[in-house]
Amino acid sequence: MELQSIEKSFAGIHALRGIDLGIRAGTIHGLIGENGAGKSTLGRIIAGATTPDLGRILIDGKQVTLSGPRDALRHGVGLVAQELNVIPRMSVIDNVFLGNELARGGRLRLRSMRRRYAELQERYGFAVPADTVVGSLRLVEQQKVEILRTLARDAEIIIMDEPTAALPQNDASTLFDIVRSLRQRGKTIIYVSHFLNEVLAMADFVTVLKDGHLIDTSPAAGETPRTLVRKMLGQEMDLAFPAKTSPVGSHPVLQVEGLSRAPAFQDVSFSVLPGEIVGLAGLVGSGRTELGRAIYGADRFTSGSVRFNGEALKVSSPKDAIKLGIGLVPESRKDQGLMLSMDIMDNMTMPHLGSYTRAGLINEPGRKAATSRVAQRLKIMRPVSGLPVRLLSGGNQQKVLLGRWMMRNAKLLIIDEPTRGVDVGAKQAIYVFLNELAQQGMAILLISSEMEEILGLCNRAVVMREGRVSRQLMAGNLTEDSVRRAAFGMQEDGE
Amino acid sequence: MIAQESGRAAERKRIAFSTGELGVVLGFLLLFIALSIFSPVFFTPRNLLNIVDQWAPIALIACAGTLVIMAGGFDLSAGATFALAGILSILATNVAGPVAGIVTGLGVGFLIGLVNALLTTVGRVNTFIGTLATAIIGRGIATAITGGFIVSTDSEGFAILGTARVLGIQLSVYILALTAIACTLVVLRTPFGRHILACGGNPEAARLSGVSVHLTRGATFVISGLLAALAGLMVASQVGSVQSTTGVGIEFTAIAAVVIGGNSIFGGEGAIWRTVVGVFILAMIGNGFTLLGLNPTYQDIVKGLIILVAVGIDAWTRKKI
Repeated sequence: MELQSIEKSFAGIHALRGIDLGIRAGTIHGLIGENGAGKSTLGRIIAGATTPDLGRILIDGKQVTLSGPRDALRHGVGLVAQELNVIPRMSVIDNVFLGNELARGGRLRLRSMRRRYAELQERYGFAVPADTVVGSLRLVEQQKVEILRTLARDAEIIIMDEPTAALPQNDASTLFDIVRSLRQRGKTIIYVSHFLNEVLAMADFVTVLKDGHLIDTSPAAGETPRTLVRKMLGQEMDLAFPAKTSPVGSHPVLQVEGLSRAPAFQDVSFSVLPGEIVGLAGLVGSGRTELGRAIYGADRFTSGSVRFNGEALKVSSPKDAIKLGIGLVPESRKDQGLMLSMDIMDNMTMPHLGSYTRAGLINEPGRKAATSRVAQRLKIMRPVSGLPVRLLSGGNQQKVLLGRWMMRNAKLLIIDEPTRGVDVGAKQAIYVFLNELAQQGMAILLISSEMEEILGLCNRAVVMREGRVSRQLMAGNLTEDSVRRAAFGMQEDGE
Repeated sequence: MIAQESGRAAERKRIAFSTGELGVVLGFLLLFIALSIFSPVFFTPRNLLNIVDQWAPIALIACAGTLVIMAGGFDLSAGATFALAGILSILATNVAGPVAGIVTGLGVGFLIGLVNALLTTVGRVNTFIGTLATAIIGRGIATAITGGFIVSTDSEGFAILGTARVLGIQLSVYILALTAIACTLVVLRTPFGRHILACGGNPEAARLSGVSVHLTRGATFVISGLLAALAGLMVASQVGSVQSTTGVGIEFTAIAAVVIGGNSIFGGEGAIWRTVVGVFILAMIGNGFTLLGLNPTYQDIVKGLIILVAVGIDAWTRKKI
């Protein structure tokens, strides 16, 4: 496949300029860049989901026009999007053949479809039970369904957009195996990702985009994360973590004792000091998110107790928790965090409206000034009012959620996957802010699947496994190995 | 994607400006100017005030309906509340005087609103179905009470609400103006208003931001019940009689006005002024048919088409985003 001088703009703003890109058959081709660099747009153009304004697309030397995803599939190009397009209530096999059903005279040929499904599984070496309802599958299994769907249509080129963004580490490696085996069987994979290490480990070639320009395409073997970051940002940038802070007090802000909410988590005990960042590590599904939500009052717990600043915490809703000075940045910023059609000001001040209200009316200038101060501190260079947060980049959206709890400094911040789907620059900024907040005495409970965050930011880590605390790791023995072992429930050496 | 997003922002602004913001105002003005040109009667204070007076009850229901829709719900019981409040207020007036009548009427609205609120929040019934059910029950009660007959009153005190004039202008005009201003203030300048939009936009995010979603949504239903009852009182007072079938379908006219004004039926955004403009577009169509001597049979067809255009614009601009 070849792209020649592709241009695309949205309302006068260039998203892509003069992109020339050749993709060799049978390779894994990484596509990287910061948020806004244009990599997803390019991916969508290749998949026919967006049409370029200018330029040509050639497949096997012949020029093609891809007028839609369906049309692209006819040319052998399939897309596995970041937001999966499976139908949750239908079975695996129905999803795989959706829109491509084998039928004769209006009647489905169920047996032929089963035979073909078995063939597919055999040929590509991975399996998902055909009759399971897709909605009940884990994310990685759902991705397999999407991949099978493109394979069922004989796609030769498969575009994967941020496939591991929401996957826990062990599922991600399952996915890597699949991607590699597809290459082995002659398929071409275009792999769009934020994760440099992932791309370097898998891809044969890497293309770097920056501000809609193609910076460079080179063999992955000659690159390191450092060289890629330099190309992406146009400058050298350390993915370093700020120096760790130390707790500023000895009376814990949060004490959790024997907390249970069956079946999500059981008998969990730990504490967080003011100024301390405690990591809550473990696999996705180990009960971390549910634990955070229960402390915040978003869900009930069934037994155990929580003490906040030494006093028994009795919250029946987030509203109560907020009043006491507890904040939560939830796991999914779009589903649980933001009111997407409202502006930065509304999103940041929603929990604190009462404090900007005089005689029943909101004091708009005061609210705006306060929001602007926080936005400035967070370096969000967008108007705080009038612009729906839907239109912000992922990094800015995450900063807005963080800003929500900086408006009136929360005493305890529970923050769940703070850097998921966020570009390198914003990631770094978020680390610095978390660190700063801790320095000012905020107690932070950091739920994260990213090992480097747990290691780089946290004073201590509580590792969960299957709803229980597997291990608590103090600064001294907080290492990648110990976290991983605890997450998988393996015995420590010498125990 | 920053480039792409700012591109989208510009695109969205452009579309919003051409169709959303201006479209409805433009339509309103065109209709207004056209009617002023083609009918000598239209642009007279008397006719304009009559239009407002006549449509004030529907506008009240539509303003409250906008709040309900913004918060992510629907209230289909407004028509039933309208009738039942009118009937019971007349019956109460005949027994205990006009003040008792008005209090009874508003009480009915409050109660139906409260039932809707409880059903659709703690009761977890879908708002569409829940309020449809209370609407049917409400009409049933109205029929049972009246036995299918018209109830009427000759209390002069009760007639004040619907017929009195202050400075030569009908009371209903003042009531509508006050309600519209109050609702606008609520939406734009009160925590409750921000909470309404948050609940409609993303209830889970609203809850995690400390908003009481049940309380907020419930309150919109209570307001809707109260304003529907007030609308019923105004009509009952004006006409002096009500029956159980009064105002059938009025809730749909109100929802149509909300949509024609350019508000989203999916909640989370919108403006009261849009609804008021929507109401008066419908009103002018009705008035225009009468003044120009057009066959009124076609009125509903025109109104239906306008609803389709409004919803179509909403859907298509949404798709582009």
